[in-house]
Amino acid sequence: MESRKTQLSVGIFVVLGFAALLFLGLRAASSSVSTGEETYQLYAKFDNIGGLKVRSPVKVGGVVVGRVTSITLDGEYYEPLVEFTINKDYDDFSETSSVSILTSGLLGEQYVGLQPGFIDDSMGMLEDGDYITDTKSAIVLEELIGQFLFSQGEN
Amino acid sequence: MIELIRKIGRYTLDTIAGAGKSLLMLFGALAGKPQPAKSWPLFIQQMYVVGVLSLLIIIVSGLFIGMVLALQGYTILIDYGAEQSLGPMVALSLLRELGPVVTGLLFAGRAGSALTAEIGLMKATEQLSSLEMMAIDPLRRVIAPRFWAGFVSMPILALIFSAVGIYGGFLVGVQWLGVDDGAFWSVMQSSVDWYDDILNGIIKSLVFAFVVTWIALYKGYNCTPTSAGISSATTSTVVTASLAVLGLDFVLTALMFG
Repeated sequence: MESRKTQLSVGIFVVLGFAALLFLGLRAASSSVSTGEETYQLYAKFDNIGGLKVRSPVKVGGVVVGRVTSITLDGEYYEPLVEFTINKDYDDFSETSSVSILTSGLLGEQYVGLQPGFIDDSMGMLEDGDYITDTKSAIVLEELIGQFLFSQGEN
Repeated sequence: MIELIRKIGRYTLDTIAGAGKSLLMLFGALAGKPQPAKSWPLFIQQMYVVGVLSLLIIIVSGLFIGMVLALQGYTILIDYGAEQSLGPMVALSLLRELGPVVTGLLFAGRAGSALTAEIGLMKATEQLSSLEMMAIDPLRRVIAPRFWAGFVSMPILALIFSAVGIYGGFLVGVQWLGVDDGAFWSVMQSSVDWYDDILNGIIKSLVFAFVVTWIALYKGYNCTPTSAGISSATTSTVVTASLAVLGLDFVLTALMFG
């Protein structure tokens, strides 16, 4: 049946086209996070997240340990609340750990730097759903320049 | 001098007559009561010839163009420490420009030339006249399914081209050159827009599909029914269709993104 074969290959062709559209729409245009590995969630509130984006990396000493999975405004004071998904392999951060929003290079993308804290008998470890309280906001270049100009004007 | 002006006049008249004839051909092929039962199998057959058989060249060239884009972009972007912008660079150039345009050019070369040669040979061997003798309209029977097949399959090919190209960029950028995986996709996602980029790319490829298929069919239908005539019609299809794609691309880009 020649025509059955033809129909089948045309069908595959059209399905391939839809798959390409789906790939472009979901993967290239909007967000969808799927990681096969086991993870846990941490939260942190910042004053200003600068140019941080969903799926930005979370790094410890330059090594990627997780991703930013959501950025929302929280509570009555409208503080940016950032959710991190951290790989289960790295689950021994103490409560004194701190996070800061850093920039890779002068013009590069922003990422989250996680600084592990000291470990003490009285300290607990961060677990799924915990908040990191010690946070440093993104450095906004414009504000920095503004402050610099302002301090120049005083002298 | 007068001879020159006469030539200009003849050329102008020929062009206008050609435009009119091609429009009449298209109208004759597409206007009229649709007969899905009769034309659907013909359409499927042409989808196979025009679309499925073009798939290989589209996928291979898409992959390589995406890979080259990533490689070239990386060497420049790394100077500014902005290699994370590789994702949007590859995605936007493919979705907005290279996807529709290169697919249009390849489609003109791969499928357009074949359509012209096929119809030209049908005309030279008087198959079209025989159809008319049997009271079958060759426009409805031969031209229409080929036109619809080209019009439908080229946008699909362009989408596949862009998707494969982005994957090629991902392969080179992330797997080989070591751009961060998450940054590659997240920066791409934040700068690629559904309407502005993907939809406009599809509109572009629809326009190119229409023009390329139309030119290919007209050149074949209107060729001189000799072997030399078919060969010059085939050449002329590729040249005219490619120029039309590039010229229209500029106009469409100016309208969409200007």
